[in-house]
Amino acid sequence: MGRLLAFVPLAIAAIFGGFFFWGLDPDRDPNNIPSVLISQPAPEFDLVAVDGLETPGLSRADLVDNPGPVVVNVFASWCVPCRAEHGVLTGLAENEGIRLFGINYKDKPEDAVRWLAELGNPYEKIGSDLSGRAGIEWGLSGVPETFIVGPDGTVLYRYVGPVVGDQAISKFREALVQAGALPGGQNG
Amino acid sequence: MKRIAILLFLLLPVAALAVEPDEMLQDPVMEERAREISKELRCVVCQNQDIDSSNAGVARDLRILVRERLVAGDSDEEVISYIHARYGDYVLMSPPLNASTLALWLAPFVLAIVALLVGWTVISNSRRKTATPGFSDDEEAEIARFIDNNTSKDNS
Repeated sequence: MGRLLAFVPLAIAAIFGGFFFWGLDPDRDPNNIPSVLISQPAPEFDLVAVDGLETPGLSRADLVDNPGPVVVNVFASWCVPCRAEHGVLTGLAENEGIRLFGINYKDKPEDAVRWLAELGNPYEKIGSDLSGRAGIEWGLSGVPETFIVGPDGTVLYRYVGPVVGDQAISKFREALVQAGALPGGQNG
Repeated sequence: MKRIAILLFLLLPVAALAVEPDEMLQDPVMEERAREISKELRCVVCQNQDIDSSNAGVARDLRILVRERLVAGDSDEEVISYIHARYGDYVLMSPPLNASTLALWLAPFVLAIVALLVGWTVISNSRRKTATPGFSDDEEAEIARFIDNNTSKDNS
């Protein structure tokens, strides 16, 4: 018994060491908040169109019974990373046939209209979330955030932050391929 | 005087509140409940702050939402579970007890038991060693002979 106990400090050191080693893993992002929405039906929300924009508003009904997966992007004109991300999403929507919906988060309508006029509008529908309440329904922690929603309205994937840069884009494309929105095995 | 002024200025940011006057409820009892609930909810942007003390936009929205739910007649638990349903375990300042947090909750007790066990064994072992057994009859005779020999030498 006494001899066995001599190994206890070693065992404790090994457990703690293992934990610290796990903590040092550069791939682990402690800021990564797991989303409760994944594999859940998309939240209930109903947003009117952005004032002064011809694009119609967005509600939960638009996310169910689609022929394929769709992308919901939360953006705002005051969000600088959104500007960088805009080109990537536009490319996906215009060149690769991704259906893109937008939630304009806490944005002045006139600013949003000007922003889209300047950068182009790849969104099929845009809901104006002035109060940020729909954002809370989506479990939003900041903008931009991008969701992939399955044909039946199930949330399949959530990307926090701008889809900018090779690593982020390939990660997002991979998720699109998995969701079935992009054909697999190509320029991933 | 100057020192006191500096001290006051240093304390000023600590006293500053994140809760803005326009968010507060008229009913002081309900406002107090809202403050208590807000302290239980973590800000999802600045993760080591509760929403009561955070200036982030989402934290403000959540504070307003907490107050709206209270006005709508929700109990404290209902308000917390409403937000928990949207943001998950992460939004709670004290994580709930479930399979994935079992280690977190039980670790202190397990470690305390292990520490007590180790301590108890070490102490009882050392006590057993220090307890000196008595001399046997042969040893007593040898000691007597040794003392006898030495004392007789000194005397001569």
